[in-house]
Amino acid sequence: MEFLRPASWQEALAAKAEHPSAVPIAGGTDVMVEINFDQRRPGWLMDLNRVPELHEWETGEDSVRLGASVPYSRIMENLRAELPGLALAAHTVGSPQIRNRGSVGGNLGAASPAGDSHPPLLTAGAEVEAESVRGSRRIPVEEFFTGVKRNALAEDELIKYVHIKKATGPQQFSKIGTRNAMVIAVCGFSVALHPESRRVRAAVASAAPTPFRATEAEDFLSAALDEEGLWDSDRIVPPSVARRFAELCSAACKPIDDVRGSAAYRRHAVGVMARRTLTWVWESYRNGGRGGARNDEGGTRCA
Amino acid sequence: MRVTFTVNGRRHEADDVWEGESLLYVLRERMGLPGSKNACEQGECGSCTVRLDGESVCACLVAAGQVEGREVVTVEGLADLARQRGETPAEGAADAGLSPVQKAFVDAGAVQCGFCTPGLLVAADELIEHNASPSDADIREALSGNLCRCTGYETILDAVRLAAARTGQPAGAGAPDAGPDAGTSQGGAI
Repeated sequence: MEFLRPASWQEALAAKAEHPSAVPIAGGTDVMVEINFDQRRPGWLMDLNRVPELHEWETGEDSVRLGASVPYSRIMENLRAELPGLALAAHTVGSPQIRNRGSVGGNLGAASPAGDSHPPLLTAGAEVEAESVRGSRRIPVEEFFTGVKRNALAEDELIKYVHIKKATGPQQFSKIGTRNAMVIAVCGFSVALHPESRRVRAAVASAAPTPFRATEAEDFLSAALDEEGLWDSDRIVPPSVARRFAELCSAACKPIDDVRGSAAYRRHAVGVMARRTLTWVWESYRNGGRGGARNDEGGTRCA
Repeated sequence: MRVTFTVNGRRHEADDVWEGESLLYVLRERMGLPGSKNACEQGECGSCTVRLDGESVCACLVAAGQVEGREVVTVEGLADLARQRGETPAEGAADAGLSPVQKAFVDAGAVQCGFCTPGLLVAADELIEHNASPSDADIREALSGNLCRCTGYETILDAVRLAAARTGQPAGAGAPDAGPDAGTSQGGAI
């Protein structure tokens, strides 16, 4: 094995072009587990910790440009207002030790169906900026996940930034696990209100081969909120609408039975999370709130 | 490959390091610092927790090559770290050289088999460094990445409360007892 230590982004791209099978390592929270357990013996390990721009973020007018290696801890501390859904999800990742190292770029690179970043990226609206020596491109996050632990990156590409739309309304994240820490999601859910376009987005993790948006549920709910004139009212979402939204989210799942949970449980749990998180974001919206990060003081609210 | 970095304030060098080797392995097997414990090797248990440039991380998940030129503090360096922060180390023959957090773990009886203790000490020390009066929820969250296989969590929580209380006190003030607060927290998993 060879250890590559590029000191700049250009060096990293050149190294990846020369050794397409090189495995990038940033926080190491996935890669090192595989190496420690002898599940992976890459010919080249490429440390990205020395590439400065990967650890930086910039808040623009409409979106945040998040460096691929920015650890979850930084997102929780610094981007809660702009990216409330992602900040909530970041807070549920692993433990403080893991959050100090793990990053959204790593989550996307691993492309696990259970990745906690994925639902909030899907509901906020995001693009993955991938680059190689051949050039740079932006991949909509919806098109990024191509299968179980597979993504749209070419073998010479690296993730540089994730461009995430700033929240214009409340966002929420919820996940099922046996405890609050150190849990790979049995299933995960995110919902985001976009009052400016009168749309609601909903996304699910760990209940299909890839994370996905429940578009039928989104369309139904967005239409129902419009029809009932709820965006401009002070009213709650009618229980029948919330129930139908939950059913459609459940129905969009294609889960499997595995060690963490059964397919039937996942389908049920996604429905419960959909209904509850919708209630939370709508409550925030009615109270004039923008952010969704209301439930992480003193312990995450039980979903 | 050769890896050079600072551990507990001293420059260390290790030769013939395998490229896939973890920081934990280098510390324990090459630098003679076995305080950080090797248990799960997958970041689940926290027994290998060290500070890397000030942040708590699982040493088993850091590739040795990533630490080149950086600063690591292990459980062996906690007393020095406390001294640098201006805290007074414990006195008395038995406790000499213990940091306030280590002394609190001893006083509260927060050690059973002891295997998780080094990781918990490093995690608890970082918590108190940043938050001198943590709530029970803060303590539970800060220690949520550290597993105690003896399930001795209640006394561990007592020890952290005790260490925080002592740290928050002006120098020379008497230390509160570990006892009275012991039963106030809820049981159950963190």
